[in-house]
Amino acid sequence: MHPSSPTLRTFAKVWGALMVLLLLTILASQFDLGRLSLAVALAIAVTKAALIVMFFMHVRYGSREVLVFAGAAYLWLAILLVGVLYDYASRNWLPGR
Amino acid sequence: MDDERIGPTKNVRETERLHSHFVTREQQEDAATLGMWVFLATEVLFFGAIFMGYTYVRWSYPGVVEEASRHLEIVLGSINTGVLLTSSFIMAAGVLLAEQGRHRAAALALAVTALMGVVFLVIKGTEYSMVIGEGYLPGFTAQLEPVSRPGGGYYGALSEGGGPVPGHEELFFWLYFVMTGLHALHVAIGVILLAGLAWLLRKPQGISLNTVRNTGLYWHFVDLVWVFLFPLLYLAGHRL
Repeated sequence: MHPSSPTLRTFAKVWGALMVLLLLTILASQFDLGRLSLAVALAIAVTKAALIVMFFMHVRYGSREVLVFAGAAYLWLAILLVGVLYDYASRNWLPGR
Repeated sequence: MDDERIGPTKNVRETERLHSHFVTREQQEDAATLGMWVFLATEVLFFGAIFMGYTYVRWSYPGVVEEASRHLEIVLGSINTGVLLTSSFIMAAGVLLAEQGRHRAAALALAVTALMGVVFLVIKGTEYSMVIGEGYLPGFTAQLEPVSRPGGGYYGALSEGGGPVPGHEELFFWLYFVMTGLHALHVAIGVILLAGLAWLLRKPQGISLNTVRNTGLYWHFVDLVWVFLFPLLYLAGHRL
């Protein structure tokens, strides 16, 4: 067993936090925040995801290898997104098109 | 590990069969967890390609995505998010109970989780029929009526010449059906796995604890995908 084990109490708190974040993201989405609205929605989604990964998926209680493997998946996803957006974001930068 | 034995019933961990290529049960447990994470990493990239598609469409036609998003059933989507997040909590509790050797309680938790998965799918199906009923099925798309957009215009998306970009709302509904459809398929697989495990967990030695854990990881992953799908699809356009 790893030193700190999860408890039902902790999970209940995490669930409560997830519900609050859900209400928050719905509320925030209903107002016109301009460009900020996507950033807010993603920030809340990432927070929810982190709670699920760290607590429900036991990454917090698990070994370092698991943390690295879980992180690697998102690193590769980031490479995909950033790599492709390099292209689309810069298409109209050069004059004469 | 051996001094964990409490009472007459052996817990699931102790009855876990140690395969010959592992030295200890802990090592076997870690290998199973790590293997599952490798699979989940491939799943992240599998869904990642479609998220890339979404990113492209939203980058290229932000107004179209925002306008089309307003035509989705936000109430049903929100309820479904709540259902899935709650099911994830019950799943986590189920794994905890299985680890403590309380196999009957664990079986119940897994059965409830599976049931919530079914509820999710029923709500999703209702939503699909509503969206299709409104004529937004890609390939058969009716033109969108602009909703509550001050200044009117066509979804607020302008082409280079300053004119409207018609027809691109279909891109959003392609993404909506492919992303949620693929996700729903994962939910359906999860429901089948969970129902099977709940059935086997009736008996104390019915199932390996690692299988319960890894199914839990899978279910949380399905929840994780939805956590991103929900704001990107349903909450893209503000309504006030």
